[in-house]
Amino acid sequence: MVAFDEMHGAGEVRPAYAALQAWLERSPPALMETRRRQAELFFRRIGITFNVYGEADATERLIPFDIIPRILTRAEWTGLERGLAQRVSALNAFLADIYGPQECIRAGVIPDALVNAHPNYQLLMAGLKPPHGIHVHLAGIDLVRTGEDGFYVLEDNCRTPSGVSYMLEDREAMMRLFPELFVQHRVAPVETYADSLLATLRSVAPDTASRDPTIVLLTPGQFNSAYYEHSFLADKLGVELVEGSDLFVEDDIVFMRTTVGPQRVDVVYRRIDDDFLDPLAFRPDSVVGVPGIMGAYAAGNVTLVNAPGTGVADDKAVYTYMPEIIRFFTGDEPILKNVPTWRCREEDSLKYVLDNLADLVVKEVNGSGGYGMLVGPKASKAELDLFRAKLRAQPDNFIAQPTLALSTSPTFVGEGVAPRHIDLRPFVLCGADGIRITPGGLTRVAIKEGSLVVNSSQGGGTKDTWVLED
Amino acid sequence: MRLRIAYATVYTYEQPPRSVLQRLKLTPRSHDGQHIAHWRVDVEPDARLLRAEDPLGNITHTLYCNRPGSSLILTVHGEAETFDCNGVVRGTVERFPTSVFLRQTALTQPDAALAQFADEVAAKAGADTLTRMHDLMDAIGKTVAFEAGVTKSETTAAQAFNAGHGVCQDLSHIFIASARRMGVPARYISGHLAREETRLEDAAHAWVEAHVDGLGWVGFDAANQICPGEAHLRVAVGLDYLDAAPVRGSRYGGGAEKLEVRLRADQGSSQRQD
Repeated sequence: MVAFDEMHGAGEVRPAYAALQAWLERSPPALMETRRRQAELFFRRIGITFNVYGEADATERLIPFDIIPRILTRAEWTGLERGLAQRVSALNAFLADIYGPQECIRAGVIPDALVNAHPNYQLLMAGLKPPHGIHVHLAGIDLVRTGEDGFYVLEDNCRTPSGVSYMLEDREAMMRLFPELFVQHRVAPVETYADSLLATLRSVAPDTASRDPTIVLLTPGQFNSAYYEHSFLADKLGVELVEGSDLFVEDDIVFMRTTVGPQRVDVVYRRIDDDFLDPLAFRPDSVVGVPGIMGAYAAGNVTLVNAPGTGVADDKAVYTYMPEIIRFFTGDEPILKNVPTWRCREEDSLKYVLDNLADLVVKEVNGSGGYGMLVGPKASKAELDLFRAKLRAQPDNFIAQPTLALSTSPTFVGEGVAPRHIDLRPFVLCGADGIRITPGGLTRVAIKEGSLVVNSSQGGGTKDTWVLED
Repeated sequence: MRLRIAYATVYTYEQPPRSVLQRLKLTPRSHDGQHIAHWRVDVEPDARLLRAEDPLGNITHTLYCNRPGSSLILTVHGEAETFDCNGVVRGTVERFPTSVFLRQTALTQPDAALAQFADEVAAKAGADTLTRMHDLMDAIGKTVAFEAGVTKSETTAAQAFNAGHGVCQDLSHIFIASARRMGVPARYISGHLAREETRLEDAAHAWVEAHVDGLGWVGFDAANQICPGEAHLRVAVGLDYLDAAPVRGSRYGGGAEKLEVRLRADQGSSQRQD
């Protein structure tokens, strides 16, 4: 399987990369090594770290940063942007429908059981219209590329997508280390993200809020793997970073404890999973949530970003219905393609998957972060046998996809510059006043040679992503 | 049958808490099997009770009380006329497709042993859903003993099943776990049961409703091996105990808490929760 290389294409250097290629050739290896070390020092100094769960020795580590940027042309980006806006609009329409009249189920677009029996379908959200009718205010849509025009959506992240701090810090590091590159290239800015996010959050404040709504960022605390990002974003937004114990609910109104007394809160950008959000409504043993916040939400006194219950839309089994969902709710053909997917809940598909397991990627329907997946071509016989047993025991729990030849990008590794597989997570903001998408997003790179798993929780790295203006 | 319910829940705090917040599902609604004549929830000391309705149709109150002092007393009293409908429940608020009640929750998720139990019941049980559910109730009665004071409110169906005993909550969870595994929508009911021998109303009882095509929702009281009749007063419905729980609370400050349920009916004997 030959992967598409984003710099070299079918042989000749692609035009967007020409100046970068020339610069790479001019730069002596020693200088590159120095810059790479400086970049590492930069990230270490600002303290941008990530927890890798399931590794005893490493609680906090740096995500490897690669100094060679990934480039998209303005034309490529415009196409992606249209597709992303269409997809997130459809996701919001889908959520409004399944928590409302459920017409898509009646029309046969998606099976009843997949929605109503789904563990993330929150009964408390049924019949409840969130402020301004938006469920997903922030989405991270994972894209992969297999060819010149071959972009595919790998998965939708509609709960609490992370990674945006890397998009911003990667750019900052690049501008410090290689100012000359930004003179040669007209790179679309990403620094506007914080302003866009703030505008989005303000736009979705409930009607009860003043014209200057109080916004907070709710974090589970410093032991969360993305705590750095929470504090970073609160700082960029100029809003308070709060933990559950900093908030309380009285008479269905959310307040923040401050040194000058309680202050009413209008919008909570929460980076806490549904299950832990409110011990009175969800898991009673949660100590990081805010007791009663769901009551305040149901009363329309606070906006939760994202709304609870969005996890049913980014489920990997629901993903397989996204083309139909987009057609049903937008009336248009999907602009971005889905990866062809076998639903193991269907008998014929299960048989195919079991017969061809060594060629496929198998994912848990509710998994995320690259946990609990099987990459057939890289798996040992024991791993394949284990997954065969899992598939037979709980077929509903899995989907399978062909092993895609993810595109590669030149990456600085120990032995010099070599191609490594990459993906792209653009961040889509959806407010009462429209959709905002920061040009580019987060490019993740599988640092290990041949590896196709780019998740930071699986040791992947990141790159700065450039959208080049014409 | 005329049922009179009257009980008080008393919370005693080691130190006076700064504030108490509770979500209550204590207020029943009328349906074909019961007519609620009157119903009151009161709190001492003074508190705000905000009334709402959850998507399942349960009447909820959110209780906000600042500086209650060293104790808080929640009083419920009401009267209802009940009718025997042979366990069939009609006239209730139903907003969801029955498939919603097919999902397992953390409390009902069966382990291998409970799944095997359900599969064996399914293999032996009769052809129609109603018979299958009766067979299930029967099998639970033979396998799991009713025993108070051993399990806790957070005990899962699988834990209680493996222990071989539990209270009405556990037997209901085992029933729900098995029914869902058999592909039958099932849900948890919290309510009251007027015991025959004393005519006293239990402060808390729980049973199950399973959905039978053609009949609709049918009640099964696994702890008593009967279908609910006119001695049962149905209060709240949910996916499991947590979802239908009469009281879920939270408070700031207050140290240790002691909870006591006191019957306030004239007969005045002590009250057992099962």
